[in-house]
Amino acid sequence: MREARSAREGPAVTAWERFADSFFNARVAAEYLPKIVDGFWLTVTLALGIVATGLAAGLALALVRSLGLRPLNWLIVFVVDLFRALPPLVVIALLFFGLPAAGMQLSGFASTWLALSLVLMAFAEEIFWAGITSVPKGQWEAARSTGLTFLQTLRFVVLPQAVRLTIPPLTNRTIAITKGTALASVVAVQEILGAAHAGVSFSFNPTPLTLGALAYLVLFLPVVVFGRWVETRFAWRR
Amino acid sequence: MTRPIIEARGVHKHFGALHVLKGVDLVVAERELVFVIGPSGSGKSTLLRCLNRLEEPSAGSIVVDGIDLLDRRTDINAARRRIGMVFQGFNLYPHMTALGNVTLALRKVLGLPRAEAEARGRAALERVHLADRADHYPGQLSGGQQQRVAIARAIALEPRVMLFDEPTSALDPELVGGVLAVMRELREDGMTMVVVSHEMGFARAAADRVLFMADGMVVEEGTPGEIFGAPRHERTRTFISQIERT
Ligand SMILES: Nc1ncnc2c1ncn2[C@@H]1O[C@H](COP(=O)(O)OP(=O)(O)OP(=O)(O)O)[C@@H](O)[C@H]1O
Ligand SMILES: [Mg+2]
Repeated sequence: MREARSAREGPAVTAWERFADSFFNARVAAEYLPKIVDGFWLTVTLALGIVATGLAAGLALALVRSLGLRPLNWLIVFVVDLFRALPPLVVIALLFFGLPAAGMQLSGFASTWLALSLVLMAFAEEIFWAGITSVPKGQWEAARSTGLTFLQTLRFVVLPQAVRLTIPPLTNRTIAITKGTALASVVAVQEILGAAHAGVSFSFNPTPLTLGALAYLVLFLPVVVFGRWVETRFAWRR
Repeated sequence: MTRPIIEARGVHKHFGALHVLKGVDLVVAERELVFVIGPSGSGKSTLLRCLNRLEEPSAGSIVVDGIDLLDRRTDINAARRRIGMVFQGFNLYPHMTALGNVTLALRKVLGLPRAEAEARGRAALERVHLADRADHYPGQLSGGQQQRVAIARAIALEPRVMLFDEPTSALDPELVGGVLAVMRELREDGMTMVVVSHEMGFARAAADRVLFMADGMVVEEGTPGEIFGAPRHERTRTFISQIERT
């Protein structure tokens, strides 16, 4: 009985060893770790850049939209819908492979940064706009009746309330879009996935991918946990 | 009689095809308290909102404290700080404390430094008997207290006239008294006031004049005794008997 079992376990252990050698190969890991770490910081830079420009541009568009100038608002809605409809990878490809045809050359990094910023801008604009319009009209009237200007009312009365409402959906959308930095590997950026992928090609061993997955976890798990905290923190309002 | 604080003549207001104000005249002297009553939809709120140009009148003239409100060259924001307004729904800023609500315009419109704004804000809260609630957020205050903070927010700017649009109709009955008491003190301090409200007891005790509006027109006006005691028009009579029954 015991013998029979060990006989059956024998090959199972070898399979496990082969699996471990593939995905958790210490030698390969040590060799490619520096590349993954470089990729990690590149991803962090790219993500921060996207968050900064995407959110700022989204807020700016929402503010311009609140001025209520018809033709301008149609344009904003068109641009926003465009970038909400296009898959992010298509936007990256258009910028990276398409712009050179128009005589402009963007690096893979710049293409990804710009493309994902535009996508985040579009979603952020919609979220900020929803926040602004959800502030009751009476808030505007009360503020304006005390002599505050349109912009002062927006700045001191409406935006603080709007932003509070938008933080949970904005956090989730921001996380989703910054994860799209992995798409940069398609345009030869050595961010985490790109570095991992290159490592696999050179070593004929998938361990760099394991490192890459771990790097993504190290980067995004705290962000996701933060998002969850933000959601519970602001959930009591409304 | 000195120069009137409010002089509105032939005010019309259209909302698309809807003709809401049909040539309303309203002249309010300094220190006068004018009451406006009338059935729902008669245009009372619209009239009041024209008086600080929250609504743009379609025609007519409105002069407040010597400022022509409808003149394109008028700085409406400068004019509005002389015209306080209190709303049915309080409309306090929920993300600011009571003191924050009161001091916002003092700092941003009058440009007072923080310390000075806060001193003036506290004095305003004192006048509505809420000095001890300065650091409370609107959500931590009762409806009556919120409305008194809203009054403090308006009077802190030391306006020349106060407009009240049904200031007590969103309140539980037991909270109405506190707000009316504050309004009466304001009146005793000499504030010029236009009040849209159906608080008949308050009107009898405090109003100099009562206007009855229907269908966008002033049907009848007179002292509280005249309007409530001996209305001349059938519509006024019907309306008064209706609100007296409730
Ligand atoms: N912004 C607006 N757009 C279109 N119609 C409006 C607007 N504001 C008010 N009205 C209409 O104008 C009319 C007068 O409204 P108003 O609020 O002045 O009446 P009111 O006398 O204050 O009534 P209530 O006692 O119910 O407050 C109503 O028929 C209302 O539907
Ligand atoms: Mg009304």
